[in-house]
Amino acid sequence: MSTEIRFTDFKSDTQPTWCPGCGDFGTMNGMMKALAETGNHPDDTFIVAGIGCSGKIGSYMHAYALHGVHGRALPVGTGVKLANPELEVMVAGGDGDGFSIGAGHFVHAVRRNLDMTYIVMDNRIYGLTKGQASPTSRADFETSTTPGGPQQPPVNPLALALAAGGTFIAQTFATDAKRHAEIVQAAIEHDGFGFVNVFSPCVTFNDVDTYEYFRGNLVDAEEEDHDPTDYDAATSVIMDRDREYQGILWQDEQSVSYHTQHGVTEPMIDLDDGAPAGAMDLVREFY
Amino acid sequence: MNRCRPPHPCFQKAFAGVFESSADMPADFNWAVGGEAGDGIDSTGKIFAQALSRAGRHVFTSKDFASRIRGGYTAYKIRTAIDPVESIVDRLDVLIALTPRTIEENLDELHQGSIIIYDGERTTMENVTIPEGMVGVDVPLKRLAEEAGGAIMRNVVALGAACAVTKFPIENLDSALEKRFSSKGTALVENNQAAARAGQAYVDEEYDIDAPEYHLEETDADYVLLNGDQAIGMGAIAAGCRFYAGYPITPATAVMEYLIGRIERFGGHVLQAEDELSAINMALGAARAGARSMTATSGPGIDLMTETFGLVATSETPLVIVDVMRSGPSTGMPTKQEQGDLNTLVYGGHGEVPRFVVAPTTIAEAFWKTVEAFNLAERYQTPVYVVADLAMAVTEQTFPHEVFDMDAVEIDRGRLVDATGLDEWSVDGKFTPHAVTDDGVSPRVLPGTPGGVHMSTGLEHDAFGRRTEDTSVRIEQVDKRQRKFDVAQAAEPLEPRSFGADDADTLVISWGSNEGAIVEAMELLDGPVRFLSVPYLSPRPDLTAAVEAASQVIVVECNATGQFADLIEHDTMTRVERINKYDGVRFKADELAAAIAERSQMEVPA
Repeated sequence: MSTEIRFTDFKSDTQPTWCPGCGDFGTMNGMMKALAETGNHPDDTFIVAGIGCSGKIGSYMHAYALHGVHGRALPVGTGVKLANPELEVMVAGGDGDGFSIGAGHFVHAVRRNLDMTYIVMDNRIYGLTKGQASPTSRADFETSTTPGGPQQPPVNPLALALAAGGTFIAQTFATDAKRHAEIVQAAIEHDGFGFVNVFSPCVTFNDVDTYEYFRGNLVDAEEEDHDPTDYDAATSVIMDRDREYQGILWQDEQSVSYHTQHGVTEPMIDLDDGAPAGAMDLVREFY
Repeated sequence: MNRCRPPHPCFQKAFAGVFESSADMPADFNWAVGGEAGDGIDSTGKIFAQALSRAGRHVFTSKDFASRIRGGYTAYKIRTAIDPVESIVDRLDVLIALTPRTIEENLDELHQGSIIIYDGERTTMENVTIPEGMVGVDVPLKRLAEEAGGAIMRNVVALGAACAVTKFPIENLDSALEKRFSSKGTALVENNQAAARAGQAYVDEEYDIDAPEYHLEETDADYVLLNGDQAIGMGAIAAGCRFYAGYPITPATAVMEYLIGRIERFGGHVLQAEDELSAINMALGAARAGARSMTATSGPGIDLMTETFGLVATSETPLVIVDVMRSGPSTGMPTKQEQGDLNTLVYGGHGEVPRFVVAPTTIAEAFWKTVEAFNLAERYQTPVYVVADLAMAVTEQTFPHEVFDMDAVEIDRGRLVDATGLDEWSVDGKFTPHAVTDDGVSPRVLPGTPGGVHMSTGLEHDAFGRRTEDTSVRIEQVDKRQRKFDVAQAAEPLEPRSFGADDADTLVISWGSNEGAIVEAMELLDGPVRFLSVPYLSPRPDLTAAVEAASQVIVVECNATGQFADLIEHDTMTRVERINKYDGVRFKADELAAAIAERSQMEVPA
């Protein structure tokens, strides 16, 4: 591993089938750049992906990967990271995967605070199934399964993470390549669960939350001198009903990762040819 | 009505008569403590079981309990003998009854001469009626416990009283109390030992019990005492399991409780997941990373895990999933015995998923089959279900420690390839984690291995792991995954455990924890029986020859429809008779002997 790793080393030779212009291209590029910048190698990196357009990312990146069932990417990443803490684990999924079918796992993965990174490619729509409402779709967003709009408030993933005790909560925009990559890099470097919600527009099925919308409305918290280590300030930007932000919105400087907390730091993968030394003590306990 | 309270003038006489009429007591002794949930019944029973084990006696326990924290009725029953005991029977010799309901619940098992120990000073027990022909031993449990240091030791006083009526050397109880309480200080141990002695002394002074049939003799044997869930947990650690994720569910929780605090000593970790969906996916993740990994649950959890089970199989990931069955469907009777999950384990899931289903038939086998499950999982890179049931999970049983010989444990990690072996399994410089091979088993490389990068997916894939819908690759991969099981069918020792006479006309077939009761039932019958106890349900042994050789085939199982009988009929194309039990209670040797006799030309001699 003496040669320097470039972000293209994380690119597989499989051609993406994402629609031209899909936000997922930018999202993935930023992930690859951040992995390279943080000195990771594809051989020591594990990508977990769920189901949906976002789920294809495991095929398009060059790293060890698992493409799992819908909504369960975070638990898979949890198992990988605990069994081999030396691997860099990055979990990627969509807003459906993370905040609908997998919402329960999201809350608990945040609470658990494993040292891994979670990238949500949030396009506020179900794209692969051709345009149905997602948990982050607007209340009046009309789709084939919600003809009058969902008529429910969208989930605020950042608030959900904050309420669950998140230690790193950030939001980025897929085409703001530099900011996106540097924020993902900070998430990787964070000692705990780095959550980055990425606005990753769907150019085919979402005509509301478009590139134009985000370009015109997204406020960069950094430019507003937001202090991400100030919990009250973080709460106020995350709970803001009027404006949407990009940037690191909350980072707990006191974060202690699950691994440190529980002393799980060694890989569990090597075994003896027989029962481990000391196994007979287990039998003696039953006398 | 025979309500004997010392010093009742009729006591001695009545007592003598009772025992004369039951001279034919078998060598085994059946004991129980019962009361309300929350009365400490379980721990009291365990202490006595431990004492019997320390005395070199064999022990087989069972529990009657309801799914609530307090109230209701719960009992801990012990069958003990010098020879091994592997079943419960419908007979109770000594009962410690903390509530009147305990007596009512056990009326069918109590008999002439049964001894009932109770506290007549307890408000609810003041007016209790000791049934005709039985012997009430009224001991002021609470008062004696208070004198020894606290009312909480009431049950221990009762254990001392039980030692008195059985002439059981109380030093064994001392030793069990020390094991139970030593972590809480010597004072507590000594108080409990004093409480036990108070109970013993009270009975010795106030009663003159002469019941040699109930005397509990010691032997020099050293036994270990453990239950099925513990055996599974110990088997997992012995097999090198390092990661466990689970969600609490009766009766599988004890597997997790066993592992936590122990697996860490061997470099492992236990994680309580937010649900079973998460538990199996965490276990899958750990297995992909290269750890031997396991989850355990019961039927409702298996339902939730089934989608991911297909992913585990399709991604060719070695994983052990334990189903400790309980009565279903839905919430069913969550604290009751049933073997109703067989179909879902053998067939469950969308699409067609070849899998191993291994069902240990005894507590000792639960250890060994768990070890084997990990080897099968890695040898064939596939999920393995280990099937236990509530009866096995909560039963404590004694074994010579040699049964759990850790030196005999072998670890086979299968076709695991490191960086030096990659070339052999690479095409155009790319590793082939799903290479099509003669035995269907592909090379496996662990993440972190330089040059072995690949993706695993639940999508149909080619040899490289890349998604495909190519018709010929699809067929190749489906056939390859199936081929592993064809190979296993021939290569693995899947034979059933065989008991009785090979040439008997009556063939009994069963699976899971019924083995002990059937073996004991055979001893009660007056005719020859051949019994095949089947620990492998998928792939499973071909029993056609045995079925065709017998004139009568009876399949015994704890479910209503006979799911295993269906499999046997399918495999052998022969109709079989069925004995099914689905009232929530495991088979008992004596009732089973009667049921087999009813269907055959045999009898159970009185």
